[in-house]
This record gives sequence, structure tokens and C-alpha cells, in this order.
Amino acid sequence: MRPEPSDAYPLLSVRNLSKHYPLRTWWGGKGSVFRAVEDVSFDIRPGETLGLVGESGSGKSTIGRAVTMLNPPSAGTVAFEGTDLAKLDPRAMRRVRARIQMVFQDPYAALNPRMSIGDYVAEPFILHRPGMARAERRDEVEGLLARVGLDPRFARRYPHQFSGGQRQRICIARAIALKPSFIVADEPIAALDVSIQAQVVNLLQDLQDELGISYLFISHDLRMVRYLCQRVAVLWHGRIVELADADSLYDDPRHPYTRRLLGAVPVPNPVAERARLRDAARMPAVDPETIGALVEVAPGHWVAGDPHP
Amino acid sequence: MAETSAKTLLEVRDLGVAFDSEGGAVHAVNGVSYTLAEGETLGIVGESGSGKSVHVLAMLGLIPRPPGRITGGQVLFEGRDLLNLPERDLRKVRGGQIGFVFQDPMSSLNPGMTVAAQIVEPLRIHLGLDAQAARARAKDLLDLVRIPNASARLDQYPHEFSGGQRQRVMIAIGLSCRPKLLIADEATTALDVTVQAEIIALVQDLKREIGMAIIWITHDLGVVAGIADTVQVMYAGRILERGPVDDIFADPRSAYTLGLLRSLPDLSRGRAGRRRLHQIEGAPPDMRTPPPGDPFAARNAYATARCLTEPPPLAQAPGAAPGHLVAAWYDLPARLAEEGAAR
Amino acid sequence: MTKAALSPVGVALPAAAPVLRAEPGPIRAFWTRLTARRSAMLGLVIVVALILMAVFADWIAPYDPIATDWGAIRSPPDWAHPFGTDEVGHDVLSRIVFGARASLGAGLTSVALAVALGLPFGLIAGYAGGILDMAIMRLTDALLAIPFLILAIALAAFLGPSLTNAMVAIGLSATSTFVRLTRAQVQAVAAEEFVEAARAVGNPPWRIALRHIVPNIVPAILVQATLTIAAAIIAEASLSFLGLGQQPPEPSWGSMLNVAKNFLELAPWMAIWPGAAIFLAVLAFNLLGDGLRDALDPRQRT
Repeated sequence: MRPEPSDAYPLLSVRNLSKHYPLRTWWGGKGSVFRAVEDVSFDIRPGETLGLVGESGSGKSTIGRAVTMLNPPSAGTVAFEGTDLAKLDPRAMRRVRARIQMVFQDPYAALNPRMSIGDYVAEPFILHRPGMARAERRDEVEGLLARVGLDPRFARRYPHQFSGGQRQRICIARAIALKPSFIVADEPIAALDVSIQAQVVNLLQDLQDELGISYLFISHDLRMVRYLCQRVAVLWHGRIVELADADSLYDDPRHPYTRRLLGAVPVPNPVAERARLRDAARMPAVDPETIGALVEVAPGHWVAGDPHP
Repeated sequence: MAETSAKTLLEVRDLGVAFDSEGGAVHAVNGVSYTLAEGETLGIVGESGSGKSVHVLAMLGLIPRPPGRITGGQVLFEGRDLLNLPERDLRKVRGGQIGFVFQDPMSSLNPGMTVAAQIVEPLRIHLGLDAQAARARAKDLLDLVRIPNASARLDQYPHEFSGGQRQRVMIAIGLSCRPKLLIADEATTALDVTVQAEIIALVQDLKREIGMAIIWITHDLGVVAGIADTVQVMYAGRILERGPVDDIFADPRSAYTLGLLRSLPDLSRGRAGRRRLHQIEGAPPDMRTPPPGDPFAARNAYATARCLTEPPPLAQAPGAAPGHLVAAWYDLPARLAEEGAAR
Repeated sequence: MTKAALSPVGVALPAAAPVLRAEPGPIRAFWTRLTARRSAMLGLVIVVALILMAVFADWIAPYDPIATDWGAIRSPPDWAHPFGTDEVGHDVLSRIVFGARASLGAGLTSVALAVALGLPFGLIAGYAGGILDMAIMRLTDALLAIPFLILAIALAAFLGPSLTNAMVAIGLSATSTFVRLTRAQVQAVAAEEFVEAARAVGNPPWRIALRHIVPNIVPAILVQATLTIAAAIIAEASLSFLGLGQQPPEPSWGSMLNVAKNFLELAPWMAIWPGAAIFLAVLAFNLLGDGLRDALDPRQRT
């Protein structure tokens, strides 16, 4: 296993990020705003995986698309390798995209049905390495396909000929083409079958060990997040309620919502699971109105509001 | 726990389902046989293409025909073969004695009808209640599935309910005619984990109150562990393993079940003692050209030569608990022991 | 688990890369679906036959279409003139054969013009949005408020009577349909995740439009174009009938009908053959268009 990331200068530093959507009234006038994400801050260190967990509507995908400027934030800064991405013009941002990549949830929708997978994987080189010779590009693509476990001869095939797991490998091959330093993986295994999920997670882990990529791993799969992530942020109603080292967050959850979330995960063990079901029923509901500011309750362990209710 | 002496409610015999497509027939279900006792909870685990959902839809006459086609078998529900029932009689069974809940509560509910209208409909069709009685019953059902302020919410439309509440409404509809069997097909898959926990707790409470049998179809072994009496693992249209829930988890006899169990990361294990995640190599077979032998053989490190050529029958696993069946030519415990010794 | 079975992904690939499904490529699959539809194949065969007839008219036609035979005026069909002759002794069969050039040429050229104009404007409206979208769409709405044929007649009258002007008039009249269709298709495709993925990898907007969006809207445009060719053939015939299209003595099915209307009782063959030719061409393009729609529609696939 690779060494834990050092306390080096953060690769990505997100501060006070908010994303608001204006709500129109029925006659089209300006109404209130919907706060999809509110005042979120976190760092990702080089070679680290930060897990972003939360339920639907918690704003976790919004954060993923805000830090990659696909859907820029309403407020806050996103400093990547020392540059505030929110201040870049579109041309400069496109250049940065060689260093930041994204893997999407639905590998069926993320591939262009009318583009061969060879062309799809070659696209980063065409965009960011315009001087590259065609033959060299073909070699690179074949190497990438082999690297993610696909037969390089598949390059001339089209997406509909591949299974979900294979398609996600194609997306990953494209994402790592330019050896980026940071990948946002938005629910990359949610659409895959259980027997395929481990293949993709192991691939992501291998690539991190090999290339030192940092991940923002957005997921609702709390078991997989614990496995893959060094640190975890729990998102609820657009705010971070708890942010800590994965071990301390799972072993010692402080926020009542984190406890409720972890307590709801089914355990693949009949005796333990039956016991959990009895306990889960007694779990108290939590009021989202009580989310406070983050307080450091232990070194690196941050909790929103009063950590000792 | 299901008692072995309990009366058989459902018996599936050698059911086969195929879909005709441009690339040839897809053999979705291949010779599935099992029985379900009254009051038993059967958890069916499998991934997409395993036939777990299709075989249930087929037994209820819910697959589109064409392209779907029942290639053989019988489905005896209280002694009557559902596959030979005229559509009129089948409709009475479906939604009457057999209730069901599907994955997506939004697309299963009609967005243009109030919740009351949708709950009342089966009550009037199956139980012949008049409008007033049906409405009173509908309110009781919403109370039953713990939707607060039921009488006011009856006249609301589906979009005014949250995802979890919509699934509760679906369960209310599924239970409206006091079915003997409730079929839940990935009923909590689209829901958040905390909502899933609430729905599972609700179904367990309802089972204690009503005593219906349940077929719970899911890809999540964790969910099945807590609620099932019997677990049945399906793959490529076949049952690979079946048995009492504790035995399946403690003493899996199919390499596929073992692989699934091992590939799940442990929620309580820290990073320090972390091993590489176990992965099942490869992908499920193309069901247009199913392999001649054990469908899992190509991905199975323990497969023998026979696995590749001859499909293994589902039979009592030697040395396992009674009723623990496996379809395998290889002896998994022996192979695991050899491996342990070699290490 | 043995070490071999656990070989990490990417190092030894075969296990993780199962046999690819033996499926044909997208074009071969489309062709299979199209050929399976009998009416579409009938349409295709007729279209191809008509095009061959127009291209090789010089070899097929038994006579010069504008040569007059004063010895055979309004003669009914016989061995010398299988379709009869008209009021100045033109061979009707030869005029039908050469008239296909005007009809098909007008159909194809005008629709090509409509697509060439409609696609870029629709693309701009659908992808750029904002003020440009507003301006383009309001203009399109205004044009769509005028019936297609009326607009074509007005434009042709404005441009002056000639076959070329008729083609331009028909093409311009059909453009708004393609602007609207392209815009709707672009908006649907632009919402797909692969377009977002294209942005994430650093594609500039023009490349997203041309490389990722356009190939995905071609099928819908193709279907609409085929169906519009049928409408354009009728429009050309109508304009020629009114004297705004092909000018005598050059042959066109529409102008043949114009002359024939004066001799309906004396020489019905003068009207029947061009009428049948128009009917056959329009039917063929409609059948082909419907077949293409079915074959290209992904919802039809199982």
C-alpha cells in the first residue's frame, strides 16, 4: 500500500463555495434563491482521495461540477495548483482542463454514441497536444486502453458494443490520457453491477498509486468511500456537517446526521444486520436547521455546530 | 424463520423466458425452479441480466409479448398455474392476492391522478368496495404505511410526496388487498440509504401485522441479510445457490456468492489493515449465446473442465444445512481448504 | 484466491476484457433495419430508378424531348409513341424521362439549399442561445406562419420565372423547417452527458458543436430532408404548372400538366403520365423517409 499523503501544500483548495439558483415566481419575476451548496470549504492534498458523501439533493454533484467549472460557483474560490479557477477566462480554463479531469456516473450517457472509442480517448491529445503525430497518438490510445484493461484492438468500435464496466474503463482511459493531477469522480460506480464495481475501484486505486492522481470521490456508497478515501466530508442540505480522516469519521462519528447515515448502511452479515435493523429504528431524526459552523473537535476532525449535543 | 412444515404458496417449475431481438433470442431465464412457503421472506440477489426481475414479471404476465416469450415451465400459485390463466383471472391475482412494488415510485404512479384515486382503484376492482368504503380503506392504508395526516394527503398528487413517501404509497397500493404475497423489485434501490432503512423497517412491521410472504429482489446482499429467511442467488438466468440466510452468508457454496461477499468492502475496517478489494474478473455472458455449461465458469477460478461443458443441477450442497442448494460441479469448501493449506 | 486469478487490471488484460459482443457497426445495423422494411425498400428502389432515369435520360428517351413531330400531334399511345404525343407533337415518354431532371433536380437542390442554410442557423440558435436564438427563432416563426407553397410561389414570382429561381424559392421556403428541427435536436443532444464530458476534457464550443453534436443530429435531419424532397417535388410541379418554374419548351412534369389541362377530354394521356410520375416520385420519397425514420430511431431498438 502506498504511503499516506504528506501535509504538502494542497493541490485543490476550496473556500466558502456556494451555488445558488434563483427561483422564479409563477409570473416570471425574481423570487427567492435555492441554496444548493452553501459555504463549503475543503482541501485536497496531492495524491489524496477525498470522499464526498451525502444523499440525493445534498449538493455533492453540484460541488463536483463547481470545482471543475462545468457549472461555476456563485461565490467562493477554487484554487487549483495556486490558480483561482473562478477568475480564469474560458480559453485559460480550457488549458487547465489538461490537469483536471472528470469521470461521470452514467457510462452509457457519457460516451458519444457516434464517436469510435479510439477517437474518444484520443480527444485530449488532439485538444492539448496539437503537435502530436497521428501515429504517436494511436500508440498512446492503444497504451491507454491496455492500461485500463481493454483490448487495444477495440479502438475502432463504437460505445454500444461495450458493457457498462467497459464503458467506464473507456471514460477513465480518456481521463488519464494527459496524466492529470486531479480527477473528480462523480458516482463512478453507482451505475455498475456489484461484480464490476470492485474492478473499477481497484483500477482507480492502481492509477493513483502509479500516477499520484488526487481524487474527489463523490459517492453515496459509504462502504466504498471508507475503502477508497483517506478523508471524508459528509454533506447535508448543501453544507458540510462533518469532515475528518476516514478512520476517525467512521469509527467516531460526531454529528448526529453522520451517525444516522452510517447507521443506515446495511451490513452483509445476517446476525449483525438484524441487530442493526432493530437499532436503526430507534435512530432519532435530525433537524437540518441546526447545521452550524465547522468546529475542530480533534486534530483534523471538523464537525458542524455543537459537537456534544 | 420459515417453518419447513408451512404450506407452499408459490411453486415455480422450470420457468424459461426469452426475448427476441435483432441479434437473436436473448435467453433471460433458463429453467428456474423454487418454492415459497406462506409467510416466508425470500431474498433474490443478482445483477442486471441475472433474470431476477424478468422471471417475476413473466410469472405475473407483465413482460411485453412480443418480444418476450415464455419458453416453458409452470408457476403454481395456490395450486393454479399463473402461466395458463386467462388474462382476466390473472388480473385478479395481480394486485389482488399478489401485490408488488417496483424500483421507481415516480414512474409507477400516475402523475395526473391523486393518490386517493390510485389507491382506491385496486380496492374497487379487486374487493368490489363502493367509493366511500374504498376511500376509508385508502386512508387506513396511508396510516398503515406511516404517512402522517393521511386524510388530507389523499387528495394530493404524487409530485407533492417525497421519494420515500411515494414508495410508501406504492407499498400501500401493493398491500391494499391484503395480498398473500408481496413482490418488491429493487424497491429501495433508487432511495437514499436513510430512507431505505425506513422502508425496510416499515415492511418488516407490516409483515408482522399482515403475515404475507415476501419476495425481495435486490442486488444488495446487505439488505437481504437483515430481512430474508431464504436467499437465492441468481446469475445469467439461473439459480446458482439457495438456502437459509445464515448459511448462505456463513458457508457460501457457489464461487459467485463467495465472490460477491468478498468484493464488498467492510464498513468497520480501517485503512491500516486494508487489502486490495477482491474483484470478480470479467463480465456476465452474452445471453444470446449462453455458455453451454455453468454460466459463471468463465469468471470462476475454481471451475473444473466439467463446468465449461455441462450445466450443473441445483442440488443439496454436501455437508451444508438442509435446504442449502447449490449449482456447482466444484466443491468450494474443499477448494478453499486446499488453498489455505497451500498458503 | 490464487495470485493468477487476482492479476491486477491492466497488467494482464484478457480476463477483464471479455469477448466483445458480436454486434455490427452502427451503419451496418442501420442498413439491416432499413432493408427489413419492405415499404422503405420499395421507396428506395423507385427513388434509385428515377435518379438513374434522370441521369441517363439521353440514352433512355426514345426521342429528343423538344423535337416536334408535326405528323403526330396529340396521337394516343401506340408503338411509335408508347405514352402518346402532346399538342405540338412532343413524345410524352421522352418528356417524362427528361422531366425527371427538373423534378428530382429541383427536389434535391432546393432541399440541399434548405439544409445548408437551416443547419448552421439552427445550430447557432440551439447551441449559442440568447439574443441570436431569439432573433433567428422569431424570423423562423414568421416564415412558418406563411404556408409553404404560398411562400414559394410569392418568392418565385418575385425572383422571376425560371427553374433555377424556382429551386431557390422552394429552398428558402423550406429553410425555416430545418432551422426549427436543428435547434430542437441540438438542444436535446446538448443536454446529454457526453456533451458535458466533452467540455470537461477541454473542447472549445465550435468543436463541441461540430464533432459532438452535429453527428448526433444527422439522422433526424436526413429523415426530414427525405420527406421534404417529396414536398419540394410537388412545389416544383406547382410552380411549373403556374409557369413560374421550368420554361417551355424544356420539359417538366408540372408544365406538362399545365398544357394538358386544356386537352383533358381530347388527349387524357397528356395529363395521366406526368400526374403518375409526380405521384410515384412523391410516394417513393415519403416511403423512404418513413423507413429511414423507423430505422434510425433508437427507441425502436430492443
